[in-house]
Amino acid sequence: MITQSPALLIIVPLIAALLCLLMGLIRRGVCYPFVVATLGMCVIFSFDIMGTVLREGVIRYRLGGWEPPWGIEYLIDHLNAFIAIIVSSVSFIVAIFSKKSIEQELHESKIIYFYTIFLLLITGLLGITISGDIFNIYVFLEIASLAGYALIAIGRDRAVLASFEYVVMGTIGACFYLLGVGYLYSVTGSLNIMDLTTLLPNLYQSKVILIAFAFFMVGIAIKIALFPLHVWLPDAYTYAPSTVSALVAATMTKVGAYVMIRIMFTLFQPYFSIELIPTTTILGWVAAAAMIFGGIQAIAQTDFKRTLCYILIAEIGYIVLGVSVANRSGFTGAVLHIMNDAVMMACLFFIAGAIFYKTGLRYIYEFKNLHRKMPVTITCLVIAALSVVGVPPTCGFFSKWYLVLGAIDARQWFFAFLLLASSLMVAVVFFKMVQTIFFAPAPAMEAAHAHSGTSHHNEEHKHSRDEAPASMMVPIFVMVAGILLLGIFSGQIISAIIQYTVPEGF
Amino acid sequence: MDTAQFIIGKFNYWVYIVLMMIGFYAMIAKRNLVKKVVGMNIFQTAIILFFISTSSKSGATIPIIQNAHGDAAGHAINVAQYANPLPHVLMLTAIVVMVSTFGVALALLIMVNRDYGTFEEDEIYETLEVLQLKK
Amino acid sequence: MEVVNSIRPVLAVGVSLLAAGLILITGERARNLREFWSILAAVLKFSIVLSMVPFILDGKLIEYTAFNIAPGLSIGFKADALGIFFGILASFLWIITSFYSIGYMRSLNEHAQSRYFACFAIALSATMGVAFSANLFTMFLFYEIITVCTYPLVAHKETPEAIRGARKYLTYLLGTSVGFQLLAIFMAYHITGTLDFSYQGIFGEARGVVSDTLIIVTFILFMAGITKAAMMPLHGWLPAAMVAPTPVSALLHAVAVVKTGVFVVVKVVVHVFGINLLWDLGLGTSLAYFASFTIVAASVIALTEDNLKARLAYSTVSQLSYVILGIALLTPSGITGSIMHIVLHAFGKITLFFTAGAIYVAAHKTKVSELDGIGKEMPFTMAAFTIGSFSMIGVPPFGGFISKWYIAMGAIEANQLPILLVLVSSTILNACYFLPIVYAAFFKSPAAAQHHHGHAREPVHGVALAGIHNPHSTGSKLHEAPAIMVIPLTLTAIGTIALFFAPDFFLEITRTALDNLRGGR
Repeated sequence: MITQSPALLIIVPLIAALLCLLMGLIRRGVCYPFVVATLGMCVIFSFDIMGTVLREGVIRYRLGGWEPPWGIEYLIDHLNAFIAIIVSSVSFIVAIFSKKSIEQELHESKIIYFYTIFLLLITGLLGITISGDIFNIYVFLEIASLAGYALIAIGRDRAVLASFEYVVMGTIGACFYLLGVGYLYSVTGSLNIMDLTTLLPNLYQSKVILIAFAFFMVGIAIKIALFPLHVWLPDAYTYAPSTVSALVAATMTKVGAYVMIRIMFTLFQPYFSIELIPTTTILGWVAAAAMIFGGIQAIAQTDFKRTLCYILIAEIGYIVLGVSVANRSGFTGAVLHIMNDAVMMACLFFIAGAIFYKTGLRYIYEFKNLHRKMPVTITCLVIAALSVVGVPPTCGFFSKWYLVLGAIDARQWFFAFLLLASSLMVAVVFFKMVQTIFFAPAPAMEAAHAHSGTSHHNEEHKHSRDEAPASMMVPIFVMVAGILLLGIFSGQIISAIIQYTVPEGF
Repeated sequence: MDTAQFIIGKFNYWVYIVLMMIGFYAMIAKRNLVKKVVGMNIFQTAIILFFISTSSKSGATIPIIQNAHGDAAGHAINVAQYANPLPHVLMLTAIVVMVSTFGVALALLIMVNRDYGTFEEDEIYETLEVLQLKK
Repeated sequence: MEVVNSIRPVLAVGVSLLAAGLILITGERARNLREFWSILAAVLKFSIVLSMVPFILDGKLIEYTAFNIAPGLSIGFKADALGIFFGILASFLWIITSFYSIGYMRSLNEHAQSRYFACFAIALSATMGVAFSANLFTMFLFYEIITVCTYPLVAHKETPEAIRGARKYLTYLLGTSVGFQLLAIFMAYHITGTLDFSYQGIFGEARGVVSDTLIIVTFILFMAGITKAAMMPLHGWLPAAMVAPTPVSALLHAVAVVKTGVFVVVKVVVHVFGINLLWDLGLGTSLAYFASFTIVAASVIALTEDNLKARLAYSTVSQLSYVILGIALLTPSGITGSIMHIVLHAFGKITLFFTAGAIYVAAHKTKVSELDGIGKEMPFTMAAFTIGSFSMIGVPPFGGFISKWYIAMGAIEANQLPILLVLVSSTILNACYFLPIVYAAFFKSPAAAQHHHGHAREPVHGVALAGIHNPHSTGSKLHEAPAIMVIPLTLTAIGTIALFFAPDFFLEITRTALDNLRGGR
């Protein structure tokens, strides 16, 4: 075990970001292996942290040796360590994937800056994950968001505009969060989560606390694009470069969901969030609306990545729903779904990236007969799709299993039904896609090809097999393997880790 | 009288609320992107004002004991007589964040202007529609 | 009850999965090798299933737990009498269908044959999975796999019509299974805390703990969710699925898929809810009348269908409800009849579908009204068709009689005399829609057929058709489909008769299954 792991988890990518810039200016080619190596280290650190947590319980790491509540404390329990593993592992794999895709989509000179910002984004995400100080979380949230704005803006078409929308919305979210911090501080004089947990229960009747809580929830809801505050997400994630979409879709919203869980059940006690004010009831209905809205919108889209964005909105609905039913099964499902969704979304955006890389196609109706050209990719797409729909034995099934059980345990039959209905909508989405790919009449394909002027390949190559390069395929395979294995071993994951994350009293 | 006291006595908080609402309105309702950014800045400044207000005490001095101004040095450490330094520190960090946000937003605006030649949202969407039709 | 721990059920599932992989790898390059894999897997699968029979007849159970995913949630296999029964049926008919498929696909020179055979093999794997599942979760898993992997088979022709049919197929099956069946499984888990099948029904202790309404709602959700059993009003997918190539219709839509449906209904009735509970709640009777409605209504619709396969499809809808009817009576004879009907109908219906395919391959005819006089050209095929029809109607000495007899006995035992009326009227209706075909095929003159051909705009394919379309043809010339197709259909026709005279083997297994249930009571 490495005693300084919690600090290293943040410092290594942060310093690496600066080094990456310097080294990149000397030799451009160094960036990619350097970034992969850095993130590989992060993966090791996060697993190391998890190991420590499993062996010794909660880690309270004091940055610079300052005692809380004055110093900044990194508070790591099973939940953080779990999210940290997800974030670091997914970003590690995204980094591997990035090479070819970035080379194609970006101007050569910008690659250095891309990787620098990429590392900063991950620094921010990991920081949010392990920090035990609410203001510190705000700072990391903004580091991640700012890096996110920049990365999205380098995309194509309307990316800049989408990124600007995101800046405006994201800033509102962050400011609301900051106000929440301010209100809490003004009545407690503390910023440390553990400290606040003991101070707050005496103040639960205070209106200031209620307002602080409301600001927190709205701010986070914007950051995780919870319906109806999701408007920035589809544009931003659609027009971003493939690598960036995969990274932000898989990790950013999940980390936001983590913060929401932290605020609801650690900072405030479940008693406050559930009984004192009807947060969970409201969240439940909002989440249900998100699932249905996301599903319907996803059916209506033609752009592949945009479809995925709306599915992502529905998936966030699942996670929030699991939290809001406030019982053991539901919460387990929510945490499990954070992991599964990260894997599934990364996989699907990888596939979108691989297809775009090879063919330049973005719209689903252009995918006709793609299985002849990229059979392996399409197979992976089908597996990932099955998982998103929730067909056993893929991992998507198991989180839905717990979510539905949670809804039923809470006597929310309607939510249980909506969960399944939303799965069916997603099924329609992917069914349409698969049907287009496999059963397209041949002449229509010619037209589609003529239509997509960006196609990089000649007509005669259309039918020959032409898969994306290994640096893209391997990450896809890893994710597909993840989809299958995480499903089969979800029982072990729950009994080893997730069961300890469930708040007391559930 | 009480109401007046409530309004005047906490005027800094009222200013913060008014400023925040102005900024919020500009961010949501204005169709000009530059005005949105300005609104964003006002919004953030309002929050800074709020934080600083919470730490201020009438008649308090800066939290430095040795070689302090006026009477402060003569007193023992008395919390009531010092302004709370932590919100100031927090706001220093927040200002850094806000400046970066502002910078990113401005950079994006430059790119928007390069792409569309305007800052007006309506005109940008018109251009986009034309582009869509051309496809 | 003695439990044997053995991996055999898993092997039975896995062997065709492996074959599917080999088929895809071999591909178009070596067609004979590819077909060899299919047949090898079919034979192996059948022998594995057979090897389990002695254990079952000794009153033992074969169990194997593959994965424990969560408490109460595992992928487990359990071969009991009921499962073995279904396993034998499906794996045996797969051997025959494999040969028939080869003949059919090659004669028509179909495209994407590798995909076809691979999906077929996976479908059979999943069918075995359903047959040998130890809990609701495993069953649901394989149930869904069947749906997904038969979709390409239904859409095989890739014409707009086929794709539309396949979409309907998938919408019905996936929609209801996720929307209703999965919800029902969740509710079962919520109420009972387990998903493992048990002989007295896992809901046994739940009564009194939860309200009866909840149990009834769960039951209705289950019945609505098991759409593969094609009970009205959720039967629409089955006629739509007839766009598939005929071997698919034969094995999957007379045996594997639809029989999976009724098999799951049987499982749910006896192993999840338990006979006693359903009896107490009066749900069995309701289900019986529901099934009766389907039996009669589907038969009436079958009368009006001119497309031969569509008529067979509606006949299937009607016959499937016999199985449900039998089990819903909740009496020993009823259950025996129900289980026996699974196998007897399978043999009869697969014969009928095989003949429909043979007629299509040899004469390119799909309509009932075009079949006049065809018996003289295809005597073997039409003889088999006649046997199949008689079995469907339930005339001795053909297999179908036995199960109808038991079901009728069951109705009397259950004191449900109106059910007898349903059985009689359905028998008459069956006769009404099958016998005219037989009559026309053998006794109407081909000249009358010629009249129909004036209107039919069937494209003429190859030399094979010349004989029929030639007005000077005597019509008596022998013109059968290839032997590789005729032999399987003759075999299944013989099987239909043989099962009447020697049903002991299957009856024995049924009896064991009933003993298991009694032991559980």
